[in-house]
Amino acid sequence: MDIIQIVLLGIIASILYIVLKDIHASFAFFLILITGIIIFLAIIQQIGTILTLIQSLGDKANVEGMYMETILKIIGIAYIAELGASLTKDAGLTSVATKIEMAGKIFILLLAVPIITAVIESILSFLPTT
Amino acid sequence: MFTDATILFQIAGIGIIVALIHTILKQMGKEEIAQFATLLGFIIVLVIVINGLDDLFQQIKSVFLFQG
Repeated sequence: MDIIQIVLLGIIASILYIVLKDIHASFAFFLILITGIIIFLAIIQQIGTILTLIQSLGDKANVEGMYMETILKIIGIAYIAELGASLTKDAGLTSVATKIEMAGKIFILLLAVPIITAVIESILSFLPTT
Repeated sequence: MFTDATILFQIAGIGIIVALIHTILKQMGKEEIAQFATLLGFIIVLVIVINGLDDLFQQIKSVFLFQG
């Protein structure tokens, strides 16, 4: 029952954070950071299992390898950007968090450029050329 | 690999002890040493956290096919 462990970890971290916040604020921030890291490490193994499932499904359906790889990279960028943004938001830097989210979106769009070009080219090939 | 909550208690304990040392040294009138003690505790915790962060990023790289 990993979920019980994770929830208890969160509760313990909250209690320690409340105690530590008034004493020493920077250590409290480190506490939040390491809690996020532990929970992420706990779930990333399961994410790997799910991704191998998705990849085997894509291989069965003869999806081109480049597209699957792009999708996986996009998911990874989304996870990392979410981690960083929520962390900076917790530290009180909402503007920096917004910028991190924007950077994540930009990089996702950059990775999706080949797919978008392929879609547009296939649409253009359907159009009658007069 | 599920890490337990030991590291949380470690960080919280280091924080409380460093705050204690800081207060005591301040009471004794040794401001600079108190600042150094705080800085040292900060660096120790930073090393722990950076280790965890490095571990996490390596995992993310290996899972999401990041070769770079």
